[in-house]
Amino acid sequence: METYLFYFLIYPGFLFAAVIGAFLSWFDRKITARVQFRKGPPLLQPFYDFFKLLLVKETILPARGAKGVFLAAPVFAVFGATMAGVFILLPLMNITTGFHGDLIVIFYLLTIPSLTYVIGALSSGNPLAAVGASREMKLIMSYELTFLLVMAGIIIKSGQSIDLYQIIQIQREGSPFIGSFSGVLLFIVAIFCLQAKLALVPFDMPEAETEICDGIFIEYSGTPYAMIRLSKYMLFFILPAFIIAILMNGIKLEGIHILWAILKLLAVVLLLTLIRNTNPRVKIKQAIRFFFTWMNLLAIIAIVLAIFGL
Amino acid sequence: MGFKTFCFKKSLWLFHFGGASCNNCDIEILACLTPKYDVERFGMVLVGSIRHADVLLVNGSINKKDKPRLLEIYEQAPKPVLVVAIGACGCTGGIFAEGETFAGPVDKIIPVDAYIPGCPPKPEAILAGIVKLLGKN
Repeated sequence: METYLFYFLIYPGFLFAAVIGAFLSWFDRKITARVQFRKGPPLLQPFYDFFKLLLVKETILPARGAKGVFLAAPVFAVFGATMAGVFILLPLMNITTGFHGDLIVIFYLLTIPSLTYVIGALSSGNPLAAVGASREMKLIMSYELTFLLVMAGIIIKSGQSIDLYQIIQIQREGSPFIGSFSGVLLFIVAIFCLQAKLALVPFDMPEAETEICDGIFIEYSGTPYAMIRLSKYMLFFILPAFIIAILMNGIKLEGIHILWAILKLLAVVLLLTLIRNTNPRVKIKQAIRFFFTWMNLLAIIAIVLAIFGL
Repeated sequence: MGFKTFCFKKSLWLFHFGGASCNNCDIEILACLTPKYDVERFGMVLVGSIRHADVLLVNGSINKKDKPRLLEIYEQAPKPVLVVAIGACGCTGGIFAEGETFAGPVDKIIPVDAYIPGCPPKPEAILAGIVKLLGKN
């Protein structure tokens, strides 16, 4: 019992994911600053932001909104991120959960934060938040099918295994999935899905700052907004970690492999950051068309290649 | 200085309210965010929603139409919030002070924590003003 609580609350669950995610979010901001020839924020900036929102700022509730749902939504976002984090990070750290079929569960748990943002935005009663929520819903509908196809490709490549631990072990015995044609295609598709899941710039229309003033988060202040930032930090760690688990044979935490693990993680985050810094925000219909046509097509080509063993 | 104050000072998020401005102070405020001056190294970022703001930057003369809007923006901000009046018009009214539609300088409407005079103040002056504001409390 204590072991499970430790897994969920400290390592590799809530606390570990939040701290690493905060550092990765600093990395993202620093790289963004360097791309724009700026100096960038100090190392502990995500922590200052979080503790300021949590401890200092006042929490304002919308007068005409559903207050209970408005306050509960960020808590559930953190909950969803923690659960998904535990299921992804345990196999990644070579601890078997003994749960066959956790890939499907991870797929559903990763949707929970986005869904709770939608619920929280709609319960705030703000028209701009409603616009953001409708965009977020359309975005979820467009990338979820693609993400499912990526998982289908992984399942076929690993010989019908839906156990994340086994998928990593299969890659360790053979070669990482990214070292094949279908693996490369799946990686490209998965990176764009991550970009949409994290709401980074080409797909940040739910929270477009210049357009609808932070959209879905417009009414959040103080502690609930700190919770939302926390769930964002955690997602910033667990989603790249998930890519590493399904395509880049996981990580090992011993000797020189620690360096490889850090490099893999930073490389994926760097790729996401560079995409975010070199692209403009697209319209929601362009995003839907992008995922429904091009990304689905790429994923299906990858699946066909995977069936033929390429 | 306690932990709370420390975190607050390290992460000030800015919200920009432009009154009936001639646009010059707006441009100088934006210049602070550009690569040359880069206020993000002090943890300051421009936010889109007043609910996330810690600092309310007010510039331009406040006329009768602006006054209720400025009051509403100030009431919607989660406290503690610092108010900075930027430019001659924000601080005193400048050349508009005796105008027909002028509704008083910013400090007659909401409490102001720092004044940055100048027409327009240079980005260096704005940064110096914010540094003084951080040293005050």
